[in-house]
Amino acid sequence: MDGIVGSLASEARTAPAAPTRQPYPFTAIVGQEEMTRALVLAAVDPGIGGVLILGDRGTGKSTAVRALAALLPEMSVVAGCRFGCDPGAPAQFCESCRELRHRPVAKVPVPVVDLPLGATEDRVAGALDIERALVDGAKVFQPGLLARANRGFLYIDEVNLLEDHLVDLLLDVAASGENVVEREGISLRHPARFVLVGSGNPEEGELRPQLLDRFGLAVEVRTPTDLATRVEVVRRRDAYDRAPAAFCESWRTAEARLRRRIVRARAKLAEVATPDAALEAAARLCMALGTDGLRGELTLIRAARALAAFEGRESVTVEALRPVASAALGHRLRRNPLDEAGSRARVDRAVAEILGP
Amino acid sequence: MTEAAPSGGDAAMAAALLAVDPTGLGGAVLRAPHGAARDAWLARLRGLLPAGAPWRRLPPNAPDDRLIGGIDLAATLATGRLRLERGALPDADGGVVVIPMAERLTQAAAGRYAAVLDTAEVTLERDGATARWPASLAVVALDESAGEDERVPPSLTDRLALHLPLDPGSAMGPGPDESGVAAARAALGEVRASDEVLLALCEASLAFGIGSPRAPTLALRTARAAAALDGRRDVVEADVVLAARLVLAPRATSLPAAPEEAPPPPAEEPGDADGGPPKDGSDLSEIVVAAMRAALPAGLLATLASALRGRASAADGRSGAPVKDGQRGRVLGARPGPLRAGSRIALIETLRSAAPWQTIRRRASGDHARPVLIRAEDIRLRRHEARSGTTTLFAVDASGSSALHRLAEAKGAIELLLGDCYARRDRVALVAFRGTEASTLLPPTQAPARARRCLAAMPGGGATPLASAIDMARALADAERRQGRQPLLVLVTDARPNVARDGRTGREAGEADALSAAALLRAAGVSTLMVDTAPRPHAYGRALAGALGARYVPLPQADAAALSTVVAAARSA
Repeated sequence: MDGIVGSLASEARTAPAAPTRQPYPFTAIVGQEEMTRALVLAAVDPGIGGVLILGDRGTGKSTAVRALAALLPEMSVVAGCRFGCDPGAPAQFCESCRELRHRPVAKVPVPVVDLPLGATEDRVAGALDIERALVDGAKVFQPGLLARANRGFLYIDEVNLLEDHLVDLLLDVAASGENVVEREGISLRHPARFVLVGSGNPEEGELRPQLLDRFGLAVEVRTPTDLATRVEVVRRRDAYDRAPAAFCESWRTAEARLRRRIVRARAKLAEVATPDAALEAAARLCMALGTDGLRGELTLIRAARALAAFEGRESVTVEALRPVASAALGHRLRRNPLDEAGSRARVDRAVAEILGP
Repeated sequence: MTEAAPSGGDAAMAAALLAVDPTGLGGAVLRAPHGAARDAWLARLRGLLPAGAPWRRLPPNAPDDRLIGGIDLAATLATGRLRLERGALPDADGGVVVIPMAERLTQAAAGRYAAVLDTAEVTLERDGATARWPASLAVVALDESAGEDERVPPSLTDRLALHLPLDPGSAMGPGPDESGVAAARAALGEVRASDEVLLALCEASLAFGIGSPRAPTLALRTARAAAALDGRRDVVEADVVLAARLVLAPRATSLPAAPEEAPPPPAEEPGDADGGPPKDGSDLSEIVVAAMRAALPAGLLATLASALRGRASAADGRSGAPVKDGQRGRVLGARPGPLRAGSRIALIETLRSAAPWQTIRRRASGDHARPVLIRAEDIRLRRHEARSGTTTLFAVDASGSSALHRLAEAKGAIELLLGDCYARRDRVALVAFRGTEASTLLPPTQAPARARRCLAAMPGGGATPLASAIDMARALADAERRQGRQPLLVLVTDARPNVARDGRTGREAGEADALSAAALLRAAGVSTLMVDTAPRPHAYGRALAGALGARYVPLPQADAAALSTVVAAARSA
């Protein structure tokens, strides 16, 4: 078989080829409110810091993340920038954008980059472009997946199966917002701000405990057990499989409506007030649960604020903590790793105690 | 009718159904030993596929560059341009991939197949190259597992519609022919299924405890393919029954509660179709549930129990895991170094370090014949992590004397050690001994939570078959070592053996046998820690520890934290 010439560095930001078919619409996902809410909140406020989705097989974990890609509104980038720099945020420019005098603006879809299993470190972080080096003897950096995911989402299916050194790399970059490359004589740093979304089935291998609380929100998905929901899941899936285009068309209005809500929520986010009462309730909740550090509280407040913005409210009420408490705190409880009593139940109990039943 | 294998007619039908809608059904799990029946089934399937459809056979341990693709070194070096080679998965686009010995697939490898089945494309991000290829295909996993420990990873089987046990003795019945399948394939898009069909399939999967929502979806597609094969435009009862039999019945994890029978139904007599519907089901639901009952083998509950046990070992991808994952997970990158016998070149890294100098070297040497000039200083070697995983084997004395003394305290100490194992990602196994012999409560697993559960449920009482326990630990340690892991034995006992290897009771014979078993274990070179739980450590305990070559920790002095330090020391020794 003839080899196929690989993509050049300049093309690295654009996805290599168009997807074979439209993804399943986000709004057509049946149930799983906690998961869809967490993803929407991360889209409203990327600062929430990543979403971890754990759960049973076949519950639509990957479907939801891939659907999110199609839902998100387009973003403005400096045209031609390999890292998709935001023209409105000069502080975060990459080196080449900083030197430009004119920065033409282009609209591109928000990247949702799928980290395929078997990806090697050089493609994740970026490395010397072999082809350019071989052909012109030029030392050119070939951006990796982290560059492509800048300002978007990086999705890892089966995060529990990913090699540890890759996970460490991803978490470091996700936390610092910057990818530092020091290899093969290349020394470079570029912005890499992305929302890390991981999914996995705990039955297939456990997640390292250190990894858990690096995610902002963690949700559990379960197989629906009532007949009506299951019938609806199968019905929609079947309709989509048989005629993807028509199915997506029938959900277009719902998708557009959700997209508008996300856009509006993003614009409003900075104006949402966070009264002391909510801050205090959040602090009391975290103290009652004994979460380590302040990250739990910060995430809880951010998630509640994003939810308030999404629901069009002016301020974060104490009540707004309730729907996001389990996702923001459940995975941060200091727990005996062998304790199986769900952390969810503990969060629910604390919420009932502090916010009232 | 104790044989679970379907009639030859069902097998033939399954091949035809898969040929009608390969990508929709995802594929099949063929549970059969290597043999004529299996070959006949595969030949039938291949014959029914469209002419020219790719057919690839992939070993379960195929590396990523074969599976997904990677850099084509020969072509890259010859042309001096980056050349990619497609792996077998994109190569099989529109066809079928057959995996023999699928029970040896690792979780990671199964994950790659699962991603391809989900997205119908292959994404490559390796070796400095990026590519995306379409790959809609079906997977036929050949399950040759013998014991309970081996299972095809559930993440793969969940996505394959047909689960087919093949009877190696029976011949395959006649089935639809090529033209019939081709016609059905063309008509598939027009086959309608009523809401009643949908409801019946969902209800049946709920009733039989099938969790994954993929099951009814796959069953629905199977029913559609069956209708198309029969030349109909509507799914009728017969199609639904066939789909339930081929797709849902093999996935059953529980029997529906039959209204007029005792609540925990014993092994149902197959053919007993009187069990009513679980809920206010429609007529079709009743029929489907009855058909599934009939399709279930007589020993369902037994297989069920083994499936649940199988989950324990499948969860850590045990079968075949070490070789491949050892290569994959522990490669720490590359480093420059001299090429010696036995060292492995990191080809891509070598190429990469040579690349920037090509122009200069060419100018200097005037060599234009060779496309790439590589010098010794470019050579990069693969670096592997030296430490292999550890498996901590706990052998716990649950005999009467021990229970009397401090079984509860010992359990506490073990729990602490389990927490440690969890943090280190060690595997753990649990052997308990009491009465006449030792038994493996938990085969090696990476989920210490399960060990804790086993431990908590472990009853105490009876005699002390210490020799049998040490023998069993040695067998487990051997097995772990064969898989490339370092076994560490933690023996928790009060050292009062009173059962000999042959099951006779008696203090003397028990003690002598335990000592000889200990010597064998020591000869096998297993590092051992012995926790003596006797209220007052006695001479025999020390003697036993000596025979084992073990670190000896009498529990009276060992508070839990000290114990964990000792284990850590034993591990690094």
